[in-house]
Amino acid sequence: MVNMAASAMGLLASIGEMRILLSEEKTVDFFIHELIPYNFFGQTVYITTTHVCELLIIIGIIIFALVARFKIMHAEEVPRGFQNIIELLIETLEKYVHGTMGKHGTKSYVNYIGTIMLFILLCNISGLVGLRAPTADYGTTLCLAIISVAMIQYNNFKWNKFGAITGLFQPIWFLFPINLIGEVATVVSLSLRLFGNVMAGTVMISLYYTLMPVVATIGIPAAFHAYLDVFSGAIQAYVFTMLTMVFITNKIEG
Amino acid sequence: MNQITNEGLILACSAVGAGLAMIAGVGPGIGQGYAAGQGAAAVGRNPGAKGDIMSTMLLGQAVAETTGLYGLVIALLLMYANPLLTRFLKL
Repeated sequence: MVNMAASAMGLLASIGEMRILLSEEKTVDFFIHELIPYNFFGQTVYITTTHVCELLIIIGIIIFALVARFKIMHAEEVPRGFQNIIELLIETLEKYVHGTMGKHGTKSYVNYIGTIMLFILLCNISGLVGLRAPTADYGTTLCLAIISVAMIQYNNFKWNKFGAITGLFQPIWFLFPINLIGEVATVVSLSLRLFGNVMAGTVMISLYYTLMPVVATIGIPAAFHAYLDVFSGAIQAYVFTMLTMVFITNKIEG
Repeated sequence: MNQITNEGLILACSAVGAGLAMIAGVGPGIGQGYAAGQGAAAVGRNPGAKGDIMSTMLLGQAVAETTGLYGLVIALLLMYANPLLTRFLKL
């Protein structure tokens, strides 16, 4: 079972090695490109376009955070300009987390939820500037889902103590395997939902750009980008964070 | 008729399989449409709660979409990272 899962992941990761050939020697290119090979404990692994794009996004977020911190440290009594934007963003995030989690942890979780939401949102809309969305790589979404599930299980053990284990044997003991699969399947469903949505968008947009004549690729793809990148990306960022919060709240309330 | 090679047979069957896997899109289509219809009815009854209804509807639709995306992932696997062909070539 573990072997099968590992090989499936390897295959998903090896998508980058293939190219599709169409008629007239046009190639559809929505794959992960391998840029710099390096040696990792005897195995050759690659710095891919995913890493580069993620790094750009992280640098962008860090610069934004530093500027925001500088602005807030020199905050004005009557906010204007950039300070307004920061306050609006933070207040929206706090309201969003508070509306879902209630009294349990607006303070403790708004940082995590806000970070992960900004990251996923920026990843999803990075297709607008010609990058390949990092969330269309199963490696990224699997890591995000594992972090979220670690958070969920940590809360499960923190609030339910021993009940986290006995809860698996509810309502009757022989349902234990099904309950266990249900806990593990959260990783799969969270990660595949995000990956599938963004991947479908990436495939459709690159198919359109490749198959249409050059005249049709001016202006018209804006509609595709608006729906597949911006709308769908925002919805997926919302859904990922919302589901994480709902699961955590369920565990806290037992 | 020319003889069909083993690789050709595997590729052809994988293409058919990818097409069949996308039948999984039917279920989420029905589910999402039903959710949207119910959402529209709810907004009609209580326009004040539009924000809550909208967010609940979108969440439900996104969750309903998951099964369709499993089908999509299977289809993408069969087309671009074919595990059957890989296994055959390693035999």
